[in-house]
Amino acid sequence: MDWTALFLSLELAAWTVAILLPVSVLTGRFLAFRQFGGKGLVEALVMLPLVLPPTVFGFYMLVAFGRNSPLGSLWQELFGHQLVFSFEGLVLASVIFNLPFAIQPAQRGFEAVPVAVREAARCCGLSPWRSLRKVELPLAWPGVMTAMVLTFAHTLGEFGIVLMVGGSIPGETKTVAIAIYDRVQAFDDRGAGIMAATLVAISLATITATYALSARLGRRLS
Amino acid sequence: MTLSVSLRADRPVPLEVAFEVAPGELLALVGHSGSGKTTILRSIAGLWTPSSGQVRAGGTVWLDTGAGIDLAVHRRSIGFVFQSYALFPHMTALGNVLTAMATPDRAEAARLLDLVNLHGLADRKPAQLSGGQQQRVALARALARKPSVLLLDEPFSAVDRATRERLHAEIIALRSHLAMPVVLVTHDMNEAQLLADRMLVIQNGRLVREGTTAQVMADADALRAMGIREVAALLPAVIAGIEEDGLTRLDTATGPIFLPGVQGDPGTRLRVRIMAHEIILSRARPTGLSAQNILPARVTKLTQGDGPAVTVHLSVGEAELLARITRRAARDLALAPGDRVHAVLKAMSVARDHIAPASRHV
Repeated sequence: MDWTALFLSLELAAWTVAILLPVSVLTGRFLAFRQFGGKGLVEALVMLPLVLPPTVFGFYMLVAFGRNSPLGSLWQELFGHQLVFSFEGLVLASVIFNLPFAIQPAQRGFEAVPVAVREAARCCGLSPWRSLRKVELPLAWPGVMTAMVLTFAHTLGEFGIVLMVGGSIPGETKTVAIAIYDRVQAFDDRGAGIMAATLVAISLATITATYALSARLGRRLS
Repeated sequence: MTLSVSLRADRPVPLEVAFEVAPGELLALVGHSGSGKTTILRSIAGLWTPSSGQVRAGGTVWLDTGAGIDLAVHRRSIGFVFQSYALFPHMTALGNVLTAMATPDRAEAARLLDLVNLHGLADRKPAQLSGGQQQRVALARALARKPSVLLLDEPFSAVDRATRERLHAEIIALRSHLAMPVVLVTHDMNEAQLLADRMLVIQNGRLVREGTTAQVMADADALRAMGIREVAALLPAVIAGIEEDGLTRLDTATGPIFLPGVQGDPGTRLRVRIMAHEIILSRARPTGLSAQNILPARVTKLTQGDGPAVTVHLSVGEAELLARITRRAARDLALAPGDRVHAVLKAMSVARDHIAPASRHV
């Protein structure tokens, strides 16, 4: 059992969720409430990681994060090591390829808040920030919750992009999905089996727990 | 503080209106759906911005397109009651009221809920309340900010008739607590007449008639322009008692009338909305007639509009009653101001929701 790989996966998923939570809320709300020219294009861009093969997406990120790219060279200058094949690079890639999972359900959640209720909040003297905190977010929460569960689960399970952008450096970019692949390549079926089963158990427990919490929240709200 | 409004826009509906509402006054904006009356209300709240205009509440400028002032909705001191209630579904009735307060005050919130007759329901969520109860919460929530202006957007159109009747009575009772200008948008002329002090008739975004409720409701031409035959007057009456046959005896200035289904203790002062086209006029006191309500009255004025009918203004004591009769009938009776006549009213022609408590206000 490669505990390092497992903890790396969990850490990656946690960082991804932490970064995407505000992105999910703010972008989801913006896309739900605002009408603007080119909205369709923005929504399509957000969904793009869902339809592209991970290799295609991983390839572009490799190019975008590489030492010769503006982002890659800036990173090298600031932190003294390259962005690709690093944990930070993996987090950045993970954040980008999880955008559809983080934004779409949140957007649907905010769209479910009736216009009159949002207007009532403003007419009650609630500033946009207080309205978000006291009215919109509690009502859109099931959507945001779903977004975060999907992001977490999807990060644990991602393979192609992680391999393209991160390589397979133990303790840095070798996630549990990659470790399982390694074990299989090494004909270590038992090791692969244990890790696969652990991943299934953790994923199932996470999703069940969040949905149970979410249902309780839903009952409290209705 | 007085609310003064002046708006102009070309879209989504052409709009050009200017009016003022005094403190404590209830102004009804009436008109067809699509006439622009709701747009006017939303402009006052800041939920919609006209292409040009001014909105001032007392000394505070909320909107002045010329000076580039357009205060955000939450910075305007308004209470807004929506047609769809628009309560916060995840909060209790009390929570809804508390949320609208700058500094939450549970005792004050409970007092407001009592004021709208929701005692004991403070801990219910909106989904556990009836439509009428939800709208009462919405009203308490709108008052919770101590707003400078109260805006009511078709507030009673989503509830059933009996609930609407009760809510009308409650609003009338609440008037003594409402010191701010109140603007009511409605398409229900009965509601406007029972609740409002003054009315604006809006058509295609323009003000076509303005006046006291009694004036507008007596103006057959203005009402016909809206496509309604609803000339009507409010007759003050006092409940005298229930008769053996179940009818309620009401005393008016010039005699009793008997109406079905009127609730209330003897001595209760009411206003009965009487439709002008339901009144029959007779020179002599008629006999052998099924209609039992015969009130002596004096003709004060005859007004003739574009149509084939004449509006006869009658004084019944201090009150005014209106009758719509044909020109031919007016000619045959040779009616002239000062004449004594008898106004005949069929008991069954007064709808139950056309009877409201007397207003202490007007």
